[in-house]
Amino acid sequence: MVKRYGPAVAVDGLSLTARRGEVTAILGPNGAGKTTTVEVCEGYRSADAGTVRVLGLDPARDAARLKPRLGVMLQSGGIPPAVPAGEYLRTLSRFHVKPHDTAWLLDIVGLTSHAKIPYKRLSGGQQQRLSLAAAVLGRPELVFLDEPTAGMDPQARHATWDLVSALKNDGVSVILTTHFMEEAERLADHVVIIDHGRAVADGTPAHLTGSAGQLRFRAEAGLDIDSLLAALPAGSAAKESPAGHYLIEVPGGSVQPALLAAVTAWCADRGVLPSSVQIESRTLEDVFLELTGKELRA
Amino acid sequence: MTSQPIAAEAAVRGTWSPAPGAASLRRMVAAQAAQETRQLLRNGEQLTLTLVIPLLLLAAFSLEPLISFGGGYTRIDFLTPGVIALAVMSTAFTSQAIATGFERRYGVLKRLGATPLSRAGLIAAKTATVIGVELLQAVIILLVALALGWSPDASPAAIVVVPLLVLLGTAAFSGFALLLAGTLRAEATLAAANLIYVVLLGIGGVVFPLTKFPAGARPLLELLPTGALSTGLRNVLANAIVFPARDVLTLAVWAVIGVALAVRFFRWE
Repeated sequence: MVKRYGPAVAVDGLSLTARRGEVTAILGPNGAGKTTTVEVCEGYRSADAGTVRVLGLDPARDAARLKPRLGVMLQSGGIPPAVPAGEYLRTLSRFHVKPHDTAWLLDIVGLTSHAKIPYKRLSGGQQQRLSLAAAVLGRPELVFLDEPTAGMDPQARHATWDLVSALKNDGVSVILTTHFMEEAERLADHVVIIDHGRAVADGTPAHLTGSAGQLRFRAEAGLDIDSLLAALPAGSAAKESPAGHYLIEVPGGSVQPALLAAVTAWCADRGVLPSSVQIESRTLEDVFLELTGKELRA
Repeated sequence: MTSQPIAAEAAVRGTWSPAPGAASLRRMVAAQAAQETRQLLRNGEQLTLTLVIPLLLLAAFSLEPLISFGGGYTRIDFLTPGVIALAVMSTAFTSQAIATGFERRYGVLKRLGATPLSRAGLIAAKTATVIGVELLQAVIILLVALALGWSPDASPAAIVVVPLLVLLGTAAFSGFALLLAGTLRAEATLAAANLIYVVLLGIGGVVFPLTKFPAGARPLLELLPTGALSTGLRNVLANAIVFPARDVLTLAVWAVIGVALAVRFFRWE
């Protein structure tokens, strides 16, 4: 799929498949093309090139048949500021044949006591929760959540994660965009990292983080990396970055006791005391930063 | 903490099993129109525009001899058709332009685009809202006018011709309202809609008779939508003219132009 805005290319030959019944997370820095991608799937704009099918339908041409089957949570806004939360859901519920009970749904998202409060007087997190409730109100088959937990407090974030898991358990497909790696790691069956409008990684969270283990330690700067490598089990990689911070990685494997023993033995031979020794697996955030770089995005 | 989400209930299996489907178009349009009507009636500024100002003008200009209207009318007989024209303009044009402009700005139109309600359905709901509010305005204005001694001089055909004039005026004003709201920023729409309202209130034959303007200006002013509507209503309700063909034609042309421009240039986001 390709989508341009004037001379700017927002989505540049992106290809992705989200399977039914799964939670697919689309990750990427600001301006990577996440929202554009989702909005093409929602039928808001049509792609300049490529083929887009959502539940087997063309979102631009078959909008009337597709829209009732979708639930959508926009990145922000979309709800009339002066309309009370409960009233908004009641109106929206009349657009569907078998909506959830709106009072019950308000309770589920913790807004029962705010049912009569206009949208504009809700806090940012409460607004997000109302928007989430609106997205699932019509018992959709597929839900698009654009940064659903942005602005939520930790309790609301965890409750939202529980809700997404519950949706998935009941066979609802979910496509979400997010900046929170933890969110993707917890929820997603399938993660697509996009940058500059292209997919730069695609797979399960476990596949993306790999089983690559890491061992970090601190010691005096300028130790001989080559001799360290020679002392380690084959296939390990080591580097010093920044000075005094050492990182040993085991691509495709995990850190074994023998590796730790080899590192400490090597240090002992040199009279070096390693500090802050940490053994960890790579996180999705590591993968994300590795693929998309560390420079700040506009 | 009742403001915190309750997740346990949500995890019961089968709670979220998909069962999607759009309600009938009629039900969706009715729900959306009811929502928009409630929003309008709750909004103090909109009510001022659609009800308070027309009623104030009706009362003030009929009780106090602020200006002489001439033409052999009683003051209230002259004013009532003009104030009805103003009420139609305030609802179909000014109020609708401002409300829609802010809906566009707040992403409300965009979010509605993700619901089963089609764009045609949304336009139908907005039209129903405008007509519903106009009916409410009509009842109140006519009751107040009667209380102030209004005695229309109309043929029986007025029962058909007045709604025809109002509907054509509504179509014209709605077209231009959506043209503004769908092309300008919300603040610019607000400013432009209010400015046009005040200008057309002044030169549209609402309370100031078009006969008071220079002879050369009058035919032009009668060709403005507000001038055509107030003149047409006055012809039917005060002059007992059966069918004010020129005013009907003028409004029909404005309606075609306004709706065509709105269809061509309206942007949803």
